[in-house]
Amino acid sequence: MQISGAQMVIEALIKEGVDTVFGYPGGAIMNVYDEIYKQDGFKHILNRHEQASIHAAEGYAKASGKVGVAMITSGPGFTNAVTGLADAYMDSIPLVVISGQVPMSLIGTDGFQEIDAIGISRPCTKHNYLVTDAADLPRILKEAFYIARTGRPGPVHVDIPKDITAQIAEFDYDFALELETYKPHVKGNPRQIKKAIDAIANAKRPLFYLGGGIINANASDEVRKLVQITGIPAVETFMARGVLSHEDALLIGMLGMHGSYAANMAMSETDLVIGLGVRFDDRVTGKLSEFAKNADVIHVDIDPASISKLVHADYPIVGDLKNVAGDMLSQVDKINSDKYETWRDTINNFAELHPLTFHEDTQRIKPQWVVKRVGELLGDDANISTDVGQHQMWAAQFYPFSRPRQFISSGGLGTMGFGFPAALGVKAASPEKTSINFTGDGSILMNCQELMTAVEQKIPVINIILNNNYLGMVRQWQTLFYDKRHSETDLSVQPDFVKLSEAFGGIGYRVNTKEEFDAALKDAVEKNVVAFIEVIVHRLENVMPMVPSGGSLFNMMLLEKKETK
Amino acid sequence: MTVNTDNSERRVVSVIVVNEASVLSRITNLFSGRGYNITSLTVAPIPDSKYSRLTIVTAGSVRVIEQITKQLHKLIPVLRVYEHDDIVEKEMALVKFSISENITEIDTLCQAYNGKIVNVSESVIITMVADEPKRIENFLQAIKRYNPKEIVRSGAVALER
Repeated sequence: MQISGAQMVIEALIKEGVDTVFGYPGGAIMNVYDEIYKQDGFKHILNRHEQASIHAAEGYAKASGKVGVAMITSGPGFTNAVTGLADAYMDSIPLVVISGQVPMSLIGTDGFQEIDAIGISRPCTKHNYLVTDAADLPRILKEAFYIARTGRPGPVHVDIPKDITAQIAEFDYDFALELETYKPHVKGNPRQIKKAIDAIANAKRPLFYLGGGIINANASDEVRKLVQITGIPAVETFMARGVLSHEDALLIGMLGMHGSYAANMAMSETDLVIGLGVRFDDRVTGKLSEFAKNADVIHVDIDPASISKLVHADYPIVGDLKNVAGDMLSQVDKINSDKYETWRDTINNFAELHPLTFHEDTQRIKPQWVVKRVGELLGDDANISTDVGQHQMWAAQFYPFSRPRQFISSGGLGTMGFGFPAALGVKAASPEKTSINFTGDGSILMNCQELMTAVEQKIPVINIILNNNYLGMVRQWQTLFYDKRHSETDLSVQPDFVKLSEAFGGIGYRVNTKEEFDAALKDAVEKNVVAFIEVIVHRLENVMPMVPSGGSLFNMMLLEKKETK
Repeated sequence: MTVNTDNSERRVVSVIVVNEASVLSRITNLFSGRGYNITSLTVAPIPDSKYSRLTIVTAGSVRVIEQITKQLHKLIPVLRVYEHDDIVEKEMALVKFSISENITEIDTLCQAYNGKIVNVSESVIITMVADEPKRIENFLQAIKRYNPKEIVRSGAVALER
């Protein structure tokens, strides 16, 4: 079939089973948008900023498990998208991002809206391509989807000059890919797995350290079984929230900088870390030399470069977690779960000593209460996305997650402005669930233009703005580590968030009391349109407990025992 | 667990890559982005294949070198990464001298390092030597007294035995 490069893009997306594309048109990508106009194989959602298109595609990918697709133009269209690419790269989110480029004849001439897109995206993508002949497009697009979703997933960027989208060439998409230089290692080494199982059977205080890789590998079922059968306690990273249900008695909680005391103490006391799909991020480990100091380490990951990068693995296993966890399950009869009874008691004592909680206040709503309340009212019926800051940590700490892909947040890059557009993608992928975005008065303004997308596309995302009139997390660090010099973090001058939402055609609520909050949430869920619920919360609440940056996990700043008003 | 804090040492890493546009910048970006050293880098196509071979001389602790090889291997166009002890290593250097220097002595020195005079013009001579990188260092020390005008080193190439 002889068709244009632009038509090839459409055909390839349809053949890849893409049903939703997020994007924003412009000069260099116009030929492709002309073909989008003519087709009905997939839906295009017009965001109001290219960064939001990438975050929406990320939200879509994380909620659905499929490859997210975004389309943007050259120059500023592309540079606006870079934050999204970097975000997807850090969090291993499978994306294919297609950008327009100036025609081949103009490349290198500083043409209008020209930028070296491939040069910029190289360090923040898994792979990228500049297409120089339309005849290469079928292979490149097929490779892009394959590379994005296999191995350790990640974003792949395809840059297409305008004349290539007009060029006619042969299109055939039904061929087998041959990538001699890219062969992800998916099957775990049986001998290593056996050794790991023996190590677990011999350990006195083993601990599962569960990471986001489990969700990427769709291995939550296997991991849940593994935890249940072995009776070994588990901690989750921020990215792994929902791998185990909040009801699982063996889930100690989240570990790390704002993890629970019990989770961090368990990690400090364990004699065998069983790391599954984790990467020993500095926000998790705190001071590396003190991290799990007395423990051997089993580390299972699809990415060999993650293993022994920061923490030496005594039992390295490279492979897809679904396979490896499955293989481990077939050998768990060697493990006697009764053996860990004392260890479980020790951990329960930690949890009783310093439970993850907060102090209520009679004057103002506490932000943690809002998260808990949404959990009580919506629970499993909601998908939760967040922006970045205090509200994000409270969401991770206090929401009762019950399943993988329920919690979608920017972990590695920590991108303010991620939550709202991501929630649009989440809702597009999972329309039967209520889509809640916990955000702050700082973050929401970083992509609030997406109100327009939500109104136009009728995507009823509910944004719960925990408004403390501060750039709260930075303010918290200033309070604790900069002698209360609150440099440029006082956000007292604010828009009217209710009117802001209404100006775009959404709905808005300002909430001062718990009763008002319940009523607003109920109303927003019923009205089924995009909403801002602005909750006026306690201004100076800190996220606790906390491991100060560079400190040891066992040395936490804890919630003060007595209420201070 | 243990944190590795051993010392930096010189290593030679060979990388076989698909011979395609921008593959070299993928490699050098990786080194600069992750804070690894490049002491020297040579690249040329492998005859009768679609691949090129890079020889990178780098320095780092055992842990860093392990990360370098793993991160290199992660790049999509990288076919193979070799990081061996048992290698044959050679480097070439071109050195320009004034014709007024003692040419006989220079020529004798060059021959001791697998080299010779390769060009003579009215005012300068150019010599070539090819030897192990460490011996090239020695040679460059030895010729200092003949006031070399310009020195060009090729960077090392290596083959595992």
